[in-house]
Amino acid sequence: MSSGAPRAAEPISTGFRLADGQWHRLHPATPLLRGGIAFVAIVGIVLVNLRDVLIQLVLGGPDFGGDPVQWIVDNGFAASALGVVVLGLLLFTTGFYVSWRMHTFRITDELVEVRSGVLFRTNRRGRLDRIQGVNITRPLLARVFGAAKLEVNVAGHDANVQLSYLGSAAADELRREILLLASGTQSAAGAGAAPALAGQSAGDRARVIIEQRTREFFAPELDPDAAPPESVVQMHLGRLIGSIVLSGFTVVILIVIAAVIVAVSITHEFFFLFTFVPGIIGMGSYYVSKFTRSVRYSIAATPDGVRVGYGLLSTSNETLPPGRIHAVQARQPLLWRPAGWWEVTINRAATSRSSGSERQAQTTILPVGNLADARKVLELVLPGIHAESGELLDRGLTSKGGDDGFVNSPPRAVLLRWFSWRRNGFATSGDLVLLRRGFVRRELVIVPLPRVQSLELRQGPLLRRLRLASVRLHTVSGPVDAYLGALDTADATRFFGETGDAAVRAAAADTSHRWRTSSAAAAAQPPVPGTAAAR
Amino acid sequence: MTEKLEPVVTEWRRVSPKYVVVDLVGTLVFGVVAVAATSLPAVFSHNGYLFAIPAALAVVFLVALILVPRRVRSIGYQLRQDDLLFRRGLMFQRFVSVPYGRMQLVDINRGPLDRAVGLSELRFVTAAAATGVAIPGLVAADAEELRDQLVALAESRRAGL
Repeated sequence: MSSGAPRAAEPISTGFRLADGQWHRLHPATPLLRGGIAFVAIVGIVLVNLRDVLIQLVLGGPDFGGDPVQWIVDNGFAASALGVVVLGLLLFTTGFYVSWRMHTFRITDELVEVRSGVLFRTNRRGRLDRIQGVNITRPLLARVFGAAKLEVNVAGHDANVQLSYLGSAAADELRREILLLASGTQSAAGAGAAPALAGQSAGDRARVIIEQRTREFFAPELDPDAAPPESVVQMHLGRLIGSIVLSGFTVVILIVIAAVIVAVSITHEFFFLFTFVPGIIGMGSYYVSKFTRSVRYSIAATPDGVRVGYGLLSTSNETLPPGRIHAVQARQPLLWRPAGWWEVTINRAATSRSSGSERQAQTTILPVGNLADARKVLELVLPGIHAESGELLDRGLTSKGGDDGFVNSPPRAVLLRWFSWRRNGFATSGDLVLLRRGFVRRELVIVPLPRVQSLELRQGPLLRRLRLASVRLHTVSGPVDAYLGALDTADATRFFGETGDAAVRAAAADTSHRWRTSSAAAAAQPPVPGTAAAR
Repeated sequence: MTEKLEPVVTEWRRVSPKYVVVDLVGTLVFGVVAVAATSLPAVFSHNGYLFAIPAALAVVFLVALILVPRRVRSIGYQLRQDDLLFRRGLMFQRFVSVPYGRMQLVDINRGPLDRAVGLSELRFVTAAAATGVAIPGLVAADAEELRDQLVALAESRRAGL
């Protein structure tokens, strides 16, 4: 429908800066992409049905009766019905248009702000120095239109400022500028790479647009920045498939299949086979979604943090500025041990509204990789790792335990940690706390001290009898739990006291909320907030 | 029994003894409701053995009631240089240290029982949901004073997330 079709000359590249403190509108195809599709589909279905009636009216044919449209035509309401339809369409179109007109955003030096709604106005602001990540997602349909969704994650549950949709290149440009503004370098170098479209003939322009669209579609992660980040980890197809097949989910599936086979062979009731059909469909979709999400995984370092890319058809590309990662966990399930694969997940302050698999994608920073990959990713997300702590890291990942720089559980903890008591321990290195646990399923949790929210020391009756205690570092919620049980009471108490003091010191010295000022502030006067943003 | 956990050797600030009353009444009401609810199946089904469940619950709550005064005495807190240290529990001891700069907000809650005896509960919220530190049984005026003090401390040591 005409409601939101993109006009030919919509701004694909931004000759002007979007982050200039002025109000801007979104991509013109926005209403269409945000649910207008359903409306179009309904209209399409109605039209297809109407076609039969029209053919019948003109050419004549058998009258089936019972059709409401037929009834309207037969009773002479055709004209008024058509009027109602046209009026409805008109209302819808204006509605979409007005909502698009009213949906504006602006980015100042201090905040990003979105106004939307026609009858019920909403206004959402996010402070730039509280940004937890900038995410560009391109659903399949949006990619066809050359549009992208830019999400600015601010700390808090579902506290995202969403700009959906923007032109693809504009989104990349805007991300660069937002990160630049948030980083503390106030003089955002305005001139981005903006191919000038003006002064070309209409034909040329169309060709340029088509070329650009094609390029965007096939290489959506390409960044206009000077140095496009190179992924430090390559996802191997075989490894990805292997990791998905060798998951706990597969084990459950195999057990269920075995149970069904046994049930059928005992009872000779083939009815049981049919109960498994929905299971197979669900299983297939689980595997396929996991595969398509991770197959084009990439991770790279940029000046403004780690950039993680995901997705084959619908892509997402997230930038996590430094100091936004609250806890990291490297995990190796038993089934992955022979192949030596690891998975890395993180805790972060911003959680999106999306749940399930998408949420998992936001917190899984390495779906599968070998030891070298895991190390590279850990070094990338934790800038505090040096050579000496690198060795500690290796031991934390693979060591069987013993006297290797970690303070481990005492032998009497064998009652509670049957296999892992030699390995169950903690170590500190610079601003990082490493918690190592698990023998069957190896886990290493690393928490940067400046991100620790509070500490806990616990002891129940059983632990007290064994002179043991457990500690936990509280971080923002996520898949990583920085918990270590069955430590010697004295060790645990010492850990509680020392880590508490170190966390306070580290938090006071931390400047990562304005990550670029830390290097620049020494030379220049720190920028005065609030002067530039005044309106 | 080996020695109890004691990460720091200091004098703890304890909560008001009046909180024993609040906790007693609260536990009693909860216990009566729980016992009544679990005895419903037994009453309706005329199956005498089902009374074992409410009976066991009653014993548990009775022990809990007896332990209330000691449990209340075990709650303590202390304002240190850089953080607030909180403890509670007898059998299951829990110590939490919350750096002042990490406090996002401080709540004062007053239930009907609290109001009757003039007490308040102070609750701290950090960015981590697991922190869960609540000091019950503070005299209302003390609670407000403590809140203002903590907010000022948090403001002076404000750090990012």
